[in-house]
Amino acid sequence: MFKLFLKILKDKDKVISINSIDTKQAEVIAVGEKIQQKVKKLFKGSLAIRQIDAGSDNACEQELVALSNAFYDVERFGIHFVASPRHADMLLITGPVTQNMAEALRRAYQATPNPKIVVAVGDDAIDGGIYKNSYAILNGVSNIVPVNYNIPGDPPSPKTILCGILNILETLEV
Amino acid sequence: MMSTIIPQIIFFTVLSFFVIGGIGSLLFRKNDVLANRWSSFFAIFGSVIGLFFVALIIINGYDISFSLGTLVLPLFSVSFHIDKLSAFFIFIISLISLFCSVYAIGYVKHFYEKYNIGFLGFFYNMFILGMLLVVSSSNWLLFLIAWEVMSITSYFLVIYDRQDPQNVKAGFLYLIMTHVGTAFIVLAALLLYKFTDSFDFRVIQANSSLIPLSIKNIIFIFAIIGFGTKSGIIPFHIWLPDAHPAAPSHVSALMSGVMIKTGIYMMIRIFLYMIWPVPVWWGLALLILGSISSLMGVLYALTEHDIKRLLAYHSIENIGIILLGLGGALTFLSLNMPTPALLSLTAALFHTLNHATFKSLLFLSAGSIINQTHTRNMEEYGGLIKYMPYTALFFLVGSMAISALPPFNGFFSEWLTFQSLFQGIALLPLYEKLIFILAAGSLAFTGGLALACFVKAFGATFLARPRSAEISHAKESSFSLQVGMGGIALLCLLIGLYSGHIAIFLENIVKDLEVFKNTTSFMSVSGQSIVVEKGFGSVSSLLFFVFFVLVIALVIGVIKFVINRNQKIETGSTWDCGTDLAPRMEITATGFSRSIIMIFRGILRPSIQHDIEYHDAQSRYLPKSRTIIFGLHDVYQSYFYQPLYKMINAISSQTKKIQSGNTNAYILYIFIALIISLLFVLWR
Amino acid sequence: MITNIITWILQLIFVPIMAPLCVGITRKLKAKFQNRKGASIFQPYQDLQKLFGKDEIISKDASWIFRCAPYIVFTVTIVVGASIPLFASSINNTITSDLLVIVYTLAIGTFFLALAGIDTGSAFGGFGSSREMTMSALAEGGFIFSLLTMALISNSTNLFMISQNSLLLQGHFFLSTALAFCGFFIIVLAETARFPFDNPSTHLELTMIHEAMILEYSGKKLALMEWASANKLLIFIAIASNLFFPFGLAQDLSASAIILGIIVFTIKIGIFCLVIAILESSIAKFRFFRLPDLLIIAFILNVIAIILIY
Repeated sequence: MFKLFLKILKDKDKVISINSIDTKQAEVIAVGEKIQQKVKKLFKGSLAIRQIDAGSDNACEQELVALSNAFYDVERFGIHFVASPRHADMLLITGPVTQNMAEALRRAYQATPNPKIVVAVGDDAIDGGIYKNSYAILNGVSNIVPVNYNIPGDPPSPKTILCGILNILETLEV
Repeated sequence: MMSTIIPQIIFFTVLSFFVIGGIGSLLFRKNDVLANRWSSFFAIFGSVIGLFFVALIIINGYDISFSLGTLVLPLFSVSFHIDKLSAFFIFIISLISLFCSVYAIGYVKHFYEKYNIGFLGFFYNMFILGMLLVVSSSNWLLFLIAWEVMSITSYFLVIYDRQDPQNVKAGFLYLIMTHVGTAFIVLAALLLYKFTDSFDFRVIQANSSLIPLSIKNIIFIFAIIGFGTKSGIIPFHIWLPDAHPAAPSHVSALMSGVMIKTGIYMMIRIFLYMIWPVPVWWGLALLILGSISSLMGVLYALTEHDIKRLLAYHSIENIGIILLGLGGALTFLSLNMPTPALLSLTAALFHTLNHATFKSLLFLSAGSIINQTHTRNMEEYGGLIKYMPYTALFFLVGSMAISALPPFNGFFSEWLTFQSLFQGIALLPLYEKLIFILAAGSLAFTGGLALACFVKAFGATFLARPRSAEISHAKESSFSLQVGMGGIALLCLLIGLYSGHIAIFLENIVKDLEVFKNTTSFMSVSGQSIVVEKGFGSVSSLLFFVFFVLVIALVIGVIKFVINRNQKIETGSTWDCGTDLAPRMEITATGFSRSIIMIFRGILRPSIQHDIEYHDAQSRYLPKSRTIIFGLHDVYQSYFYQPLYKMINAISSQTKKIQSGNTNAYILYIFIALIISLLFVLWR
Repeated sequence: MITNIITWILQLIFVPIMAPLCVGITRKLKAKFQNRKGASIFQPYQDLQKLFGKDEIISKDASWIFRCAPYIVFTVTIVVGASIPLFASSINNTITSDLLVIVYTLAIGTFFLALAGIDTGSAFGGFGSSREMTMSALAEGGFIFSLLTMALISNSTNLFMISQNSLLLQGHFFLSTALAFCGFFIIVLAETARFPFDNPSTHLELTMIHEAMILEYSGKKLALMEWASANKLLIFIAIASNLFFPFGLAQDLSASAIILGIIVFTIKIGIFCLVIAILESSIAKFRFFRLPDLLIIAFILNVIAIILIY
């Protein structure tokens, strides 16, 4: 046990530094209602994210899970994932919104207190992606709840998502 | 002369009010409303005068004894002896019956047209009369008559709601158990008579040295069985969870809050007054019985989903706590340490008072709920806080008091009990120390488990959403019920806030007993705090309350008005993960305590029974319905009472063989008996 | 007089102010053990600041108990925090510093927290309350008895008197103190919802105990609940370090002694946070029905400690 701890403490940090992030990769498209400046200031030090899977194929979820590992380490920016929409500031929604998840998504949106930011992650969430116009889906999150930002990609890499979130909070100047 | 006549007159006035209330109620039985009002008002008057009487006795320090009339029978005299201890118990009886009678004015209305209210009023008043006579009598025969009056009237009150066969069964069990107990009490009284030649309490006390130690031990065991049956000590408690719920709620409050304390009163009378001095093992036995009763009581309470049965089991638990104080006092006294014994007995009496108040409050609230919802099953309640806000508030006060949360009164009596047990651990030799550690441990766990049980009771009844359709028709109870409950709730808070003064007051009452003459006080009240043994421990109820209120006012002020004044609070629906929340998804009373039951399954022995009904009985592939029954193995029935019953049955059937029906055999029996008695006389 | 007032005010505000730092240090150390950088140690303060700025949504099934519970729970932690020896043992507090008053005041907080969990009628809150009450009921025995051991050694149930006891400083009664401390450490983990009893950073509702009861809170009330939870952690660390190892506590009210007391206390907090972080990084959370065994072990250790005193 102690050998393991010593090994951990002796290892150098492998986490990617914020300065090395290629700012051109931070493609974030602002749609819908503009988020006010004071809201961004409120969330700059601490952001609680609730991730909602609206019938996705789990590709985006894998990338989001990778955000918490030692390499990308999203926690150092004060961002953490929470278990309940009541605790959340930002809703990260993935998946093309299947028929069965529409009502659940709507309720999760209503259960989140203001001020909140809604981000659609992945091409599926933006407009249906590779499942576009299928009978089982509702073609993107913006048809169900008002979306503030889109992060495109199928799936977007964790670096892209990280840059995107930091861009939204204006921690990172693009 | 005047000073002894006036208290006697007042005492008999009190008794006569209850008699008039009872008989008048019987005479007016044709008119429901009049019978109810008559009996309730006379009970209220009697209680108020009783309180006044007690104040007179205690302020003036009287120690009254009087007897009525000339002695017609050689052993029996209607003699009373009211010292401060009796006065204290009369105080408890009057206080609780005052509030229960106020409550009854509105509560009994739902028995109109169903049953005869005149009999309810009669038995109610006679019940209170019986209890008053029990704590004030000074002669064993008068005591036994009063004890029987108390038991029989409470039996009729238990079976009052006779349309439910469960109630009748409960009443029958109660009748049998209380008479078994009375039989043991009679045996104890006869043993005392044999050695001291009198039935009078004071004469017995004066002659207590005439009783040999072995007889004292036997009297102890008989007294424990007899009074333990009335008080509900495990394992003689089996009538309590059936009988207390069956009675009307104001009677349940009286039975649970006051009647079971008369057993404690008599135990104090016998052990500390009549047959003093006593050996050490009596105190230790009481401590062990108290520990077992409190732990088992609260564990069984956790398994219940009938709200009144849950409260009945909590009565067993609190009697256990009172016994811890009493046992500690006996142990200290037998080891010649009267100062800590004073503390223990004060703790026991304080807990008696507190339990009477908060248990009555809880039963009255439960009665108010049952009145509106017509069911005792907690699984069907839910969300009642929105329909019955005042009842919910009073039940919350009762729950906080019984779980020993400051600043209510339950905390301070448990604090005193803990301090007395801690003194025992610190001062006594090893063997007694271990038993005191066991007692303190059981008290610590009991406190925690009682808290869990009342979170369950309050939560399942009042919070969340209604679990059945009928509950949403509930309305708040009427004014007299609210006054009855609110009065006791306020009393719980006041007793808690002024617990320092009350503790000193009780200590003076205890010092009045012979065994405590000239003992220095273990506690002192400085400022507002009780201080035990020169700083071993101290607590201040009023200052704590003030501090708490100041801090919470500061917090609310800062958070609500200083930080983010413009915050908006919206109402939404409960976060349900996208599905609709049905009442079945809320936590139920059974589910809440399932974890604790599984942890203690060695003691409680839960049982699960599965039943499956299939669509096609042949192939048994598709189930149509499943039933799961959670139950508890009734340990006392199977390991204690059933073998006893079988043994008595076996002996009876063997003895039956003597009655052969043959006349020649009977003549032979007479002949043998004659020979034996002749031999006996000759040998003498 | 002035130093008296300053000491009292310091005693009152010390716990609420330092508690989020305590949580921050623990999280940072855990992150280090996971080879991450982790948030800064002042992150909990920023979390609280953000939560105070948000709006709230309250379920329509909730009653006044849901609305009042955060205030009551937070007040309870402040009252208890002001009543325990933090940096000075010479404060004369006979109002709230009794052993049993501390235990049962914390029980008021648990009571209202559990009721708030049931109040909204969600499934998670209900079973969170059930588990919390089960653990709390069994932990109370160990809690009272470990404090009782120290009370019997010091012949007083007032916590300040216990920490003033010079015999402990001289190392008498070492065995009893050590056993009682082992028992108390288990209780610390149980009551503050740390490993192996509960995972404070889990997202799986089925594994939550403390978190499950506050799932319905948002905005200012959530901030109060989180802050109260952090306060409780600091309170238990303070009791564990100052009752069992009362070295470095200020014995009088001079400024230098108080500053020394605060520094020593901060070092003790650091040591405890390190131990908790190592523990949380090494072991897994126990299965729920194995936890009562741990709590009973704590109780028995304390009983043995009491018997060994005499």
